[in-house]
Amino acid sequence: MKDIVKTAATTTVPRAINWNRLQDDKDLEVWNRLTVNFWLPEKVPLSNDVQSWATLRPAERELTIRVFTGLTLLDTIQNSVGAPALLADAQTPHEEAVLTNIAFMEAVHARSYSSIFSTLCLTKEVDEAFRWSEENPHLQAKARLVLEEYAAGADPLKRKIASVFLESFLFYSGFYLPMYWSSRAKLTNTADLIRLIIRDEAVHGYYIGYKFQRAQERLPEAERAALKDFAFALIFDLYEIEAKYTEELYDGLGLTEDVKAFLHYNANKALMNLGYEPLFPPAACEVNPAILAALSPDSENHDFFSGSGSSYVIGKAVATEDEDWDF
Amino acid sequence: MGGLVYYSSQSGNTARFVERLGLPASRIPISPDAAMPEPAMPYVLICPTYADGEGRGAVAKQVIRFLNDPARRALIRGVIAGGNRNFGPTYALAGRVIAEKCNVPWLSSFELAGTDTDIARIRAGLDRFWGMECSITA
Repeated sequence: MKDIVKTAATTTVPRAINWNRLQDDKDLEVWNRLTVNFWLPEKVPLSNDVQSWATLRPAERELTIRVFTGLTLLDTIQNSVGAPALLADAQTPHEEAVLTNIAFMEAVHARSYSSIFSTLCLTKEVDEAFRWSEENPHLQAKARLVLEEYAAGADPLKRKIASVFLESFLFYSGFYLPMYWSSRAKLTNTADLIRLIIRDEAVHGYYIGYKFQRAQERLPEAERAALKDFAFALIFDLYEIEAKYTEELYDGLGLTEDVKAFLHYNANKALMNLGYEPLFPPAACEVNPAILAALSPDSENHDFFSGSGSSYVIGKAVATEDEDWDF
Repeated sequence: MGGLVYYSSQSGNTARFVERLGLPASRIPISPDAAMPEPAMPYVLICPTYADGEGRGAVAKQVIRFLNDPARRALIRGVIAGGNRNFGPTYALAGRVIAEKCNVPWLSSFELAGTDTDIARIRAGLDRFWGMECSITA
């Protein structure tokens, strides 16, 4: 420890972070968003789902627990390896602060699944699922593929690409299931908790993707093209694994094709976070409307253009407390 | 046919959407020190959403500054909002906030930089909308 301190002291001056001198306004914007959105699983009344859980068939319960252990694994990786690995490449001290927040929230997410388990499930079932997560070849393959990109010595921009794919794509084979249950009025409190996780992951994917775009702007065209090739090759490899993982999990319920549409849709959104065009054509991304509705409940889905055009409702309550908004 | 005014932050999602739309559009600058566009004809505003979990802060500050000017505000005819469904109930909330504040229709929404389907739908929708606008005001 002493040596580390000494080395650091001789190379760079330790600097205190000054939030009143920003190099990148996005750091403060995202810091504010993440801290305002802070939550803990205790906030969600998961025990209200006990009765609903009892209505699931044994195979459905097993699937749900397995899906949640899979999600726990990704959150664990992002908490302990992914977000910390990005710290070394941070361009501003504020980016470092945001990344530590991201790392911590991933620990909250991982911890949340255990709250769901302790509320709804038997210890034996959960232990079995954790064993399954260590032995499932597809889950292990995607974890390894991402970890390889996170490894020391990896290209900092490739690390960001892998991180955005984890945050914005790999979670969704799992997130599908609680949205599906919610659309059938099952496990609705669990779905509320998952939506909080989804909201956080959306900010994480957006921010890391934004930092990727900023960093690659400075590169020559050939290097940018090589990174793009890498990104599309990686998402394709990850997609192949996800497709197998999805089939293994969801074939039994007959949901595989529905889940795959959701995967395509999210893969395209992950690519957009990196500033790229979509990979999957619109026809492959037609997500079940019930799943979309479960994802953003109560949001007004306005389409004056393609609707009957009979009326457009203008919202009633408006949350604008901004003093700049003065007309 | 009216115009388009848009805002896009450094992440560039809305800018990429507008670019693919392929219609003339003026950009509200990211920097508060830069000059605002001064539209001379009616326009539709396109902007992203930045709401927190409670829906606060949905509209970017620069968009608010742009709309705070009565002359600029007088020419807005509708709003199209970007967003991300992953934000749940606040998806594309900026559309609703601006529609209510400016008493104009919230025309449509799209996610992030939009899909090809969004582009086609919104381009066709704008065509029809300006047609309707002309027949109303004529």
